[in-house]
Amino acid sequence: MLSLAFMRHAFVASNFIAIVSGVIGVFVVARQLSFLTHTLSEIGFAGASFAVFAGWAPLDGMILFTMLSSVLVGQMSIKESRREAVISAVSGLFIGLGILFLSLSSQTASSATSILFGSVVGISASEVHQLIILSAVVLAITVLIYRQLKFSSFDEVGAQVSGFNQTVISVVFLLLLALSVSVAAQIVGSLLIFILLTIPAASAKYFTHGVAKMMGLAILFSLLGTWAGLLLGYLTNWPVSFFIAVIEVIIYVIALLYQNFIEAN
Amino acid sequence: MAVLSVDDLTVAYGDHTVFSNLSFTINSGDFLVVVGENGVGKTTLVKALLGLIKPKEGTINIPKDTRLGYVPQFRNLDEEYPLSIRDFVALNSRQSRWPWLTKKERHRLDRIIRITDLTKIAGRPLGLASGGEKQRAYLAQALLTNPRLLILDESTASLDNEMKYSLLDLVARFQEDGLSVMFITHDWDLAQRYGTRYLHMQADGYTAGSINELAAIVKGEEEC
Ligand SMILES: Nc1ncnc2c1ncn2[C@@H]1O[C@H](COP(=O)(O)OP(=O)(O)OP(=O)(O)O)[C@@H](O)[C@H]1O
Ligand SMILES: [Mg+2]
Repeated sequence: MLSLAFMRHAFVASNFIAIVSGVIGVFVVARQLSFLTHTLSEIGFAGASFAVFAGWAPLDGMILFTMLSSVLVGQMSIKESRREAVISAVSGLFIGLGILFLSLSSQTASSATSILFGSVVGISASEVHQLIILSAVVLAITVLIYRQLKFSSFDEVGAQVSGFNQTVISVVFLLLLALSVSVAAQIVGSLLIFILLTIPAASAKYFTHGVAKMMGLAILFSLLGTWAGLLLGYLTNWPVSFFIAVIEVIIYVIALLYQNFIEAN
Repeated sequence: MAVLSVDDLTVAYGDHTVFSNLSFTINSGDFLVVVGENGVGKTTLVKALLGLIKPKEGTINIPKDTRLGYVPQFRNLDEEYPLSIRDFVALNSRQSRWPWLTKKERHRLDRIIRITDLTKIAGRPLGLASGGEKQRAYLAQALLTNPRLLILDESTASLDNEMKYSLLDLVARFQEDGLSVMFITHDWDLAQRYGTRYLHMQADGYTAGSINELAAIVKGEEEC
């Protein structure tokens, strides 16, 4: 199947997506930002539809919209008590905008499905390059702020007195998250993006108790899902994102069962 | 030598003044106990010292080379908190910025874990540790940077007597090497047992002095 150019592209892209989502996902779960990640993916949908409407590449629209809004939404929803309401309102608005832009553009149906559900067929070599560069940027920044990010994600209270500015870290992380959402959307689509950005990391934390190991496992779980998803999608002609979602959920269920098993012993 | 001096400090949340015109000094090797009723502003004072809230008036003087260690009153870690005790303590490693721990940092970490008697359980997830084990882990994390001044906000509140003593004995050992301690507590017995100086915060003012004078206050409270 790798003799087909688009499958090769999809395969390379999915490896980078898996690495980025594994690394960023561990922090998403620790910072309890799963819900915000949903919102960002909906914002990404609006951005991609805007891009289709304006005649740009969908990825550019996604990056523009998610980067512009991530900090805003993140700061608005810092107060836990009103997080849900704020996020629901923002989600609603952006889904609405996404639908509007799609209906205004001429090529509605096919581009809508590929934005929402992802598409392996469409990935060109230049898109793969763009995706690799974006992934490298996300990973490089993560390495630069790794210690601070880790401290503030896994012990907010302790990090308060460690002498670095937590607001800066949280803003930078939201921007990284926005980029990761745009990257991951290329294969799984904006509707299912949170799958790769939350479930592998959420599963990993039941198996291991160190940050680096959780990242390793989360990457592995993402890779399993994307590889098997691509293969099964190729064989059956069913959507790749469907298989990825099912596989990640199965891994999560196994993680929960494992946790129960450990507790029972 | 002073590791901290507070001069004429007033702290308020909006219009609500928590305390005003507070002055005191902590010298190297001091064990200052801070006592006072619930809501009198002990935790607020600590937050001001740590720079987490801006005082309305007055100054806080901390020499540049004084590192602070802080064990907060509350931490929101649930049962599913994933990090092992060792990894939790290591979060405060600050000697380098590499994503991994350097050899030096690992040495320091192992030493602190040994001293705080966490070696045996260091690999277990912190979420499943007992209250006393958690407090020791918090203490270990605060001690990791080799602080000059350690601030403990009711760190013994949930512990049984034996654990209280062993935790504070541990702190007292560091005191011999020049560590200063600021210990917030409601336990007058512990205050007198470990303190060298005291700060008694009240709704309408405060008193401070050497620990012997605290005995007179304790008597006064008992008579009321
Ligand atoms: N973020 C805040 N905003 C407004 N008021 C606050 C805030 N935090 C504390 N307060 C108020 O400031 C006062 C002092 O609170 P603080 O937590 O410092 O008391 P405390 O002496 O530490 O009490 P305890 O012994 O119960 O821990 C209380 O009246 C409290 O209601
Ligand atoms: Mg308090």
